[in-house]
Amino acid sequence: MDVKTAFFYVFAFIMLFAAFRVITARNPVHAVLFLMLAFSQAAGIWLLLKAEFLAITLVLVYLGAVMVLFLFVVMMLDIHIDSLRQGFWRHFPLALAVGAVISLEMAVVLFGGFRTGEAPMVPETVTNAAGQVVQYSNTKALGSLLYTKYLYPLEIAAVILLVAMVTAIALTLRERKDSKKINPADQVRARASDRLTIVKLAPTQAPVPAEPAPAAATEEVKK
Amino acid sequence: MTLTLAHYLTLGAILFALAMVGIFLNRKNLIVLLMAIELMLLAVNLNFVAFSHFLGDMHGQVFVFFILTVAAAESAIGLAILMLLFRAKSSINVDELNSLKG
Repeated sequence: MDVKTAFFYVFAFIMLFAAFRVITARNPVHAVLFLMLAFSQAAGIWLLLKAEFLAITLVLVYLGAVMVLFLFVVMMLDIHIDSLRQGFWRHFPLALAVGAVISLEMAVVLFGGFRTGEAPMVPETVTNAAGQVVQYSNTKALGSLLYTKYLYPLEIAAVILLVAMVTAIALTLRERKDSKKINPADQVRARASDRLTIVKLAPTQAPVPAEPAPAAATEEVKK
Repeated sequence: MTLTLAHYLTLGAILFALAMVGIFLNRKNLIVLLMAIELMLLAVNLNFVAFSHFLGDMHGQVFVFFILTVAAAESAIGLAILMLLFRAKSSINVDELNSLKG
């Protein structure tokens, strides 16, 4: 058993344990932290597969951004855990059965359909445009594909990210009720008649009891 | 003993099945449901990268790149909707989401 295989088993074992704790943890904060552990182990496995760029992207984008977003949301919500855990073990036999069926199906499909050679087919060295033999670079290969063949999908992906950003802000933005914000357009459009009302009164009027100042009605009425 | 494609595919299948079990176990907790979906996407990405490595085809890794993009957008919007839901109902219990029931 060489070093690579040993590392694979270490990463795989920690990842599966972390995934198991994600789905069984009582506290959602612990679940998010175990999810981060699972993703970091997956990045290690991708490094074993020589997908360096994607492994680093997984750490930067997933551990650095998405999981922190999860953590913030979990900590902001005041969740009553006990009501959410009701009937947790009641579904366990069904869950186990479905999980076993899914693994069996996947085993049949994946092992029956894909028999490749033992050795991976990634080249050690490649020849560049100038004819020199250089070290194979995963990032360079991925980048040259992304910016030539997949240019339009890349731009669509950028638009998707922009739309997601705008949507997330637009959904969660709310105005505070005690804010003293004013709208300048409304101020400019205001006329004197909006602010001031002149009420014509009869010269003689029966005095109203308990109304101290009937003359106040002739004053300007603030809206 | 060297690593073959089957090792990685087995790992992906076990991870996917675990996430599926998680969806069944945490049927009431919306945020753990979102986490289980992230785990499923990770299992799928693992299969893509493994195939890409063993078949010597870079297109699989390009696909993983796009899946990561869409998954990030999905979780951002999903969590925003979750926040709205929590503000409206003060709970993220899936059983209480029955306002659309006729």
